[in-house]
Amino acid sequence: MLSQRLSEWASRAPEIEEDIALTNIALDLLGQARALLDYAAVVEGGTRDEDDLAYLRTEREFRNVHLVEQENGDFAHTIARQLFFSTYQLFLYEELISSTDELLAGVAAKAVKEAAYHHDHAALWTVRLGDGTDDSRRRMQAAVDRLWPFTAELFDADDVETGLAAQGIAVDPATLRPRWVRAISDTFTTATLVIPPTVWTSHGGRRGVHTECFGYLLAEMQYLHRLHPGASW
Amino acid sequence: MSDTGLPLWEVFIRGRRGLSHVHAGSLHAADEAMALRNARDVYTRRSEGVSIWVVRSQDISASSPDEKDPFFAPAADKVYRHPTFYDLPEEVRQM
Repeated sequence: MLSQRLSEWASRAPEIEEDIALTNIALDLLGQARALLDYAAVVEGGTRDEDDLAYLRTEREFRNVHLVEQENGDFAHTIARQLFFSTYQLFLYEELISSTDELLAGVAAKAVKEAAYHHDHAALWTVRLGDGTDDSRRRMQAAVDRLWPFTAELFDADDVETGLAAQGIAVDPATLRPRWVRAISDTFTTATLVIPPTVWTSHGGRRGVHTECFGYLLAEMQYLHRLHPGASW
Repeated sequence: MSDTGLPLWEVFIRGRRGLSHVHAGSLHAADEAMALRNARDVYTRRSEGVSIWVVRSQDISASSPDEKDPFFAPAADKVYRHPTFYDLPEEVRQM
């Protein structure tokens, strides 16, 4: 879903170099999604394939976190969202490399390098925007404040996940939290930004309950496939 | 988009089998760290390189096209300066 959101920056980014950077990140994420959805279809053991899972599932069947479906907003919002999510992904994939499931470990080994780069990109920008002009710091802090309530959900786990983590297949996201908070704090200190107080947190994505942005995002992503079922390029 | 005043950088890439960095193009970036990242994104999408150099365009001094004759023409006549009378062994053929 994050790949879909990032693609909206194509031809709209502040500089052409940033346009390419963001769409490159979107492509990396899409590659990870394909590998995982493909595996999900295999594990499911039915007749669905990766395309069916991506384009024919309904809103309540998607289990992504709310953070990734939030609108891009201005560049600061996108960078803040990237910082939060890519830091989480980096630590998640670092742990997933030791999964007892061979395919997940393989996906993680490749994805961890991509996540390291995404994190690097977001962190560099966060520092430059936060420790930049008054205007950029104001926008960056506003973005952080607005997206902070969505970060708690990154570390939620349901019974399926904790069960798989106990078997060494998956990673319990809650274990990533201390490292994540430390990394974000360090970056924020350099960027002269502050972590906002937690007033409310958003949850429910993993149960299939999404925010109001999701419907529009999904409609745009799926309508072409649904309009021409079975078509090929 | 309007000019935001970001400096211009020249990008040099060394390919996997190359021996030296070759000029690949230029881009705008805020500083050298961002210039390296942007160069990686813009110029190595298809695995063209293993090493990137970025230099601020203003730091590059170039010979002027008007001075081409005084700079380069005399050397062509002075055959005794050219190391062309040696037989190079196969191993260093590219020299």
